[in-house]
Amino acid sequence: MRREIRFLLGAEERRLSGFDPLATVLNWLRREERLAGTKEGCAEGDCGACTVVLGEPGPDGGLRYRPVNACILFLPALDGKQLLTVEHLKAADGALHPVQRAMAERHASQCGFCTPGFAMSLFALQADGGPGRPPADRQAIDDALAGNLCRCTGYGPIVAAARAMGPPPAGAAVADGPLDRAATAARLAALDAGGPLAVEGAGTRWFAPTEAGALCGLLAGHPGAVLLAGATDAGLWVTKQHRRLETIIYLGAIPELRRIREAGGALEIGAAATYEDALAALDGRAPDLAETIRRIGSRQIRGAGTVVGNIANGSPIGDSPPPLIALGATLALRSAAGRREIPLEAFFLDYGRQDLRPGEFVESVRVPLARAAGLRCYKVSKRFDQDITAVLGAFDIEVADGTVRSARVCFGGMAAIPKRAAACEAALAGRRWDRAAVEAGRRALERDFAPISDHRASAGYRLAVARNLLDKAFLETTAPDIPTRLAGPGSHGHG
Amino acid sequence: MADATRGGVGAPAAHDSAALHVSGEAVYVDDIPEPAGCLHVYPCPSREAHARLVRLDLAAVRAAPGVACALSAADIPGENDTSPTGTGDDPCLADGTIHFLGQPLFAVAAETIEQARAAAARAVVETEPLEPVLTVEQAMAAGSFVQDPHTMRRGDAGRALAAAPRRLSGRMEIGGQDHFYLEGQVSLAIPAEGGGMFVHCSTQHPSEAQHAVAKVLGRPDNAVTVETRRMGGAFGGKESQAAQWAALAALAADRTGRAAKLRLDRDDDMTMTGKRHDFVAEYDVGFGADGRILGLSMSLAARCGFSADLSGAIVDRAMFHADNCYHLPDVEIVGHRCRTNTVSNTAFRGFGGPQGMLAIERVVEEIARDLGLDPLEVRRRNLYDPPGGGSGRDVTHYGMKVEDNIAGALMEELARSARYAERRAGIDAFNAASPVLKRGIALTPVKFGISFTTTFLNQAGALVHIYKDGSVHLNHGGTEMGQGLYVKVAQAVAEEFQIDIDRIAVSAANTGKVPNTSPTAASSGSDMNGMAALAAARTLKERLARFAAARFGVAPSEVAFRANRVRAGEAELSFAELARLAWLGRVQLSATGFYRTPRLGYDREKAWGRPFFYFAYGAAVSEVAIDTLTGESKVLAVDILHDVGRSLNPAIDLGQIEGGFVQGMGWLTSEELRWDGDGRLMTHAPSTYKIPACGDRPERFRMAIWPRGENAEETIHRSKAVGEPPLILAISVLHAISDAVSSLSGGRLAARLDAPATPERILAAVEAMRARAGAAAGRRAAE
Repeated sequence: MRREIRFLLGAEERRLSGFDPLATVLNWLRREERLAGTKEGCAEGDCGACTVVLGEPGPDGGLRYRPVNACILFLPALDGKQLLTVEHLKAADGALHPVQRAMAERHASQCGFCTPGFAMSLFALQADGGPGRPPADRQAIDDALAGNLCRCTGYGPIVAAARAMGPPPAGAAVADGPLDRAATAARLAALDAGGPLAVEGAGTRWFAPTEAGALCGLLAGHPGAVLLAGATDAGLWVTKQHRRLETIIYLGAIPELRRIREAGGALEIGAAATYEDALAALDGRAPDLAETIRRIGSRQIRGAGTVVGNIANGSPIGDSPPPLIALGATLALRSAAGRREIPLEAFFLDYGRQDLRPGEFVESVRVPLARAAGLRCYKVSKRFDQDITAVLGAFDIEVADGTVRSARVCFGGMAAIPKRAAACEAALAGRRWDRAAVEAGRRALERDFAPISDHRASAGYRLAVARNLLDKAFLETTAPDIPTRLAGPGSHGHG
Repeated sequence: MADATRGGVGAPAAHDSAALHVSGEAVYVDDIPEPAGCLHVYPCPSREAHARLVRLDLAAVRAAPGVACALSAADIPGENDTSPTGTGDDPCLADGTIHFLGQPLFAVAAETIEQARAAAARAVVETEPLEPVLTVEQAMAAGSFVQDPHTMRRGDAGRALAAAPRRLSGRMEIGGQDHFYLEGQVSLAIPAEGGGMFVHCSTQHPSEAQHAVAKVLGRPDNAVTVETRRMGGAFGGKESQAAQWAALAALAADRTGRAAKLRLDRDDDMTMTGKRHDFVAEYDVGFGADGRILGLSMSLAARCGFSADLSGAIVDRAMFHADNCYHLPDVEIVGHRCRTNTVSNTAFRGFGGPQGMLAIERVVEEIARDLGLDPLEVRRRNLYDPPGGGSGRDVTHYGMKVEDNIAGALMEELARSARYAERRAGIDAFNAASPVLKRGIALTPVKFGISFTTTFLNQAGALVHIYKDGSVHLNHGGTEMGQGLYVKVAQAVAEEFQIDIDRIAVSAANTGKVPNTSPTAASSGSDMNGMAALAAARTLKERLARFAAARFGVAPSEVAFRANRVRAGEAELSFAELARLAWLGRVQLSATGFYRTPRLGYDREKAWGRPFFYFAYGAAVSEVAIDTLTGESKVLAVDILHDVGRSLNPAIDLGQIEGGFVQGMGWLTSEELRWDGDGRLMTHAPSTYKIPACGDRPERFRMAIWPRGENAEETIHRSKAVGEPPLILAISVLHAISDAVSSLSGGRLAARLDAPATPERILAAVEAMRARAGAAAGRRAAE
């Protein structure tokens, strides 16, 4: 069992032990390393001023970069990875990186406080593209920057910089430095950061097993442990609620849980697979599900957070459960005692309560793809990107010969759990798919839900929107030429 | 040798810190290496909106690990007040009464912020609850005000209303806005010898922070120095409300003899600091069949929070701008400053002006729908006269003659370049064929008065040194919050000396260098500090010219500064060489400059006079689409034409225009502040408070600087202020959304959309519009 974490800060190796495992990467950078370029804007992963980039070995043996929020990333999650900050972008001779140069030349900073975070997000976007790739289009840029808030510029000059930044520097400009990908891959290999990890400090224990079997054993021994993957939710327990967590079991070092597999017409998404990986696997096959996952959060959130985490935390406003329930997804639950499989909808018992036995964890979610292409899913919130849902409706309505053969309708934000609209489904099933059916479905929704009022939306609005989303699904399936969408691919007003 | 200088007036020079920003090397207060033993201060917030503080026992707090001191109101050696205008109602720490939920009760200084926060939880706090006043309606009913109501009037509004051919009335709720500067409030206080205190403070008003620290510590102003190199955004939020945190940090530093830092995290910042005032506007308007306003009675009631702060001037500015660009013949405007048990609202880009303009634009929209006219046509018909217009419609409701009106010309040019009429026809056609998505368009103008309406604030000072190598050190009372003030003032100085801008080092605002400064606010930064710096530069230039004339035996008028060189008759030398010779010649190479804005004279008692030096103008066309099933909206296209006079720096000015517009768009669409019934702010972080993201930027965004712009007044190089006015261009977004909703009635009914236009408000307006349009159609059928 390894008792220290090993990672690269730029090109330099760091080995740490005895530290507080709940220390955030942001605080460590600013307080211990005195690298003040990375800023705290919100301490909840919503503004991007703390954006840093993690480098880790990719599936093809190369180096993969992903931007993340340092403010909610716990230090042990760096184990075996490279951490890049704004301080690593300049060349050895002090010349600005092309991203930095483009930003300075396009007047892309005003107060400058958000700027390092934008530079890191653009650095990651540029690295995605690679040499010879065309510059990113507007939607790709918006998506790359959705997790970076700027209050001064109105974003125009930053988008202009993204368009002008060109390919990543290569060769002598980066040789042997922190941005030399081959050298970094070699340095990461030399860290020898394999095998299970256990670190402890400030009253918190952090376990990072490397096999699911070991995870079962740990969970049996520490029934109160918090299971942690991306920390995009649990991170806020620490940074916002100022809670101390005693025992953490980290899932991110278990390769089998990071996998996404396709088998028997279904996609099996492991507990540690990120939203971003799921998005890549769904691309082109489940457009509405993919767009829903894209809108769950920014690149930074999607690169850290996981689909299974979004399910396992039991939130009534998690965005992935409604579409997955509509598609008939199932969960694999595992413990030292064995495995069982349940329908996803059966997992959510009540607010804050899930069907999870002591010592059990969600190993994966299995998503049938057969009907995924036709799934209609609508997220309604105050802002299109990086916002928490007011109402989310998912509709899988199977129509044959003009008649509804089956209807699976599920909502988020309408009840204490993600919940199917049983009365609405019953009202639709077997009827001709017409206005009268929609009216019956609309009326039935009142029997399905009694939503709450909060700062996101009132109960009345939620119910009205839920009903109207049924209209929208009807229109989209029966009159596809009518424009109905303001966001997402193919939406009105793009291009 | 190049024959021109780099970075003079009119050049699109980069922000002076651009390279530092992008490399992460720009130093903000929290980035300054902490002195050894630096303490971290946590102000512990109240949990009630209104209560008597019966007992506060901090013994257990003081005994907690890492704690150096815990301070309550009783520990303040001087005055427990940081009110900006001397109203004495802004306690640093609660004393006797708790006025809002989140008000600091006491402050803990500890080795780490985590220790300070943990220690604070040990306090024994006993309170007796009092009934809170939370809303404008409650305050109006209770007669709860921070200042007396104030009226601006001309003629007889009542008679004009009664006599008008048409009359309508209504009410509009206008939401507030959090500044959401990316850098939260922060101060680092370092004790100095002899009872002195040095404070690094993220503030728009170093002098006020200095005076507040001195007052709280019970020391003279000269014991305290405040320095501000830059802020990570401010937007008005660090004008008056940075002082409290500076004072609390200084209090802890003074008590312990150790450096002390107070940095509010996002949630504390949003809970503990004031915002843009939310308003309730009520209007009763009489107008002719042509759409001209004949009489107007308007009430503007602002939620000020628990203290006056700057609310007096803010509501005044709302009242000054309740005309926007329109002549109001017989008019009465009453401003109410409601005292509520909520955080004290404060300055925010526009300073009340946007709310007043939103109110009158609603009135215009109502008139247009009532008469079946395009709202743009009603706007045109109500404009003030252009210069020399001759119809006598050129005096505001507060008695200032509008001498520089270009609103009409600017609107016509924009309507043409943005193809307003064609696009409206296209939108009508789209809407006729689109049952779910509806589009709307609106063109709204802006006229914004430039100057502090508190006349004495219209003064500025600067300090310029030339070193013997010819490099220049520039200092003035203005602060840099991202708006590009420092580069603009440096450009003016570079132009005056005819040297490259990189020969000029801009430096942090520091109360030891330029004293008694005004806040960098009211868009006046470059107008005032630019002129003050120019005055200092001219003094130095005259000294150099006199010296060169004597040295080379020519008349001073024969000395010319050009392209980093100086010619004196036949002799020519570099600026640096002349500086060295002047130093050897014992010429003083340091000068101060001072400026006070001319032509101001306003009598608040009579509510009549000239509160502004000039007006800045602009206009915008916004086109939006709404989803009538969900209420979601999206801004599709924006066209802006904005007047900055003769631009000092077009790149910086365009940045202000674009950024201001998007900030205003957020205010009027997605940024919603929500309190619960106990007075607790529920939207206190970016997860719940949604400022525009990159993807909200309209797909098509065109903007241009008014090419004929030139300030009629003698401002710095005939430029105009640009900080605040562009925010108000975003009123066009709200009106475009309203237009889209109105399309459901064929444009016959006003949507009466309150702000912010969240999906919920838009859907409610859509449903109400459908019901009203149905009823109206029913009535027509019955007739």
